[in-house]
Amino acid sequence: MPKAATPPPIRVLIAKPGLDGHDRGAKVVARALRDAGMEVIYAGLRQTPEEIVESAIEEDVDLIGLSCLSGAHMALFPRVLKLLQARKVRDVPVFAGGIIPDDDAKKLRRIGIKAVFGPGTTLEEIVRTARGIARRPA
Amino acid sequence: MTGGARLPAAARALLSGDRRALARLMTQVENHDPAVLPVLRALYPKTGRAHVIGLAGPLGVGKSSVVNALLAHLRKLGTTVAVVAVDPSSPFSGGSVLGDRIRLERDPGDAGVFIRSMASRGRAGGVSAATREVVRLLDAAGFSVILVETVGSGQVDIEIRDIASTSVVVLVPHLGDEVQTLKAGLFEIADVFCVNKADLAGADLAARDLSELVGLGAPRDGWRPAVVVASARDGTGISELWTAIAAHEKFLDADPKRRAAAERTRLATELVELVRERYTESAREELSEASRSHWLDDVAARRTDPRTAADGIFERQHAPKARRRRP
Repeated sequence: MPKAATPPPIRVLIAKPGLDGHDRGAKVVARALRDAGMEVIYAGLRQTPEEIVESAIEEDVDLIGLSCLSGAHMALFPRVLKLLQARKVRDVPVFAGGIIPDDDAKKLRRIGIKAVFGPGTTLEEIVRTARGIARRPA
Repeated sequence: MTGGARLPAAARALLSGDRRALARLMTQVENHDPAVLPVLRALYPKTGRAHVIGLAGPLGVGKSSVVNALLAHLRKLGTTVAVVAVDPSSPFSGGSVLGDRIRLERDPGDAGVFIRSMASRGRAGGVSAATREVVRLLDAAGFSVILVETVGSGQVDIEIRDIASTSVVVLVPHLGDEVQTLKAGLFEIADVFCVNKADLAGADLAARDLSELVGLGAPRDGWRPAVVVASARDGTGISELWTAIAAHEKFLDADPKRRAAAERTRLATELVELVRERYTESAREELSEASRSHWLDDVAARRTDPRTAADGIFERQHAPKARRRRP
């Protein structure tokens, strides 16, 4: 088996749980991570937490990004974390983006979401953070 | 287990239905992690049972949607299905957006389905170098049908033939006139043609052109490709598509020598590829050693031509007399 010339790419799952159709942010982030050399599994709109967790497992991702602009983030994001724990996926960090009030962002960080990005975040910051928190290849 | 040798832990986990272990092994294969080699070796005798079906065709013809429709159809029949979907890597950043999952709907609690996206990682021809071994892992894990969806690079999306026992070429109406169907490449690899988006005008015309193409030539290895008109969106023709695929698999089994011969052809291709990989590696090593840079110096200074230098490197590395110990 030939040695890989470069370190293996980070694999990221980008998904939108819930019912809102505002996927522009998720797409812009997916594109930025792609341009930063990552392999982005784009699961798209209207994913249930169960689907997101199953996708993360099958794709063996190093990072999960969730986007929600409907206001349902406090119901959906903790559910994803809970399911990840139930499936014993403990080494895959989750970050989030969307319209998320500061108080909620604080709570989400407290329960284990590694980073929460609101409007106005630069793509550089998202890429840098993603690189920083992604699981390192074993 | 017969044979005595204990299986590596990861192989045992895979065989016991551990989906995370399966997924992790796929990553290791993709990343050229040498730790996976003993696992692949141990699992190899447990492969060769799955029906590996390839789906190729230009981008936008609806390959993912056809895969999704087949997935649903097969699950209704009670068949376990794995999907390997390959999308291109960026030649600039090395990154990629793997978007095939968007079209694949399934019950996330259904253990009879496994979907994996792969980036092509620099390989042309529609699949990645690791695709074959990822398919083998799914085969060993016991999935009955493995659907491999290629990149959709267009006319030369043909490497799928080296992996799949049945190749489906997915097309849509209005892709060009009938002369397109005469061109070499994609049209030659089909065991089954699927004209998707049958709800669009012109599907019948496209199917007729294809049927004429199929009728023009002699059957390849005794098989005349089937032409199926389908609409993945509303499910029209999907059952017929599966019937056509199954008919080809049946045809392969009708003569016991036939499937074996096809398999041997694919394995020969794989072995040549693996040997070539080894040669490539050792040639790179030879050239990267400072003391051997004279090969490169001579070619750069036009003192030696590239072919003569290549012969020299090959001889040094592989002629039995000149074999040197690896550092």
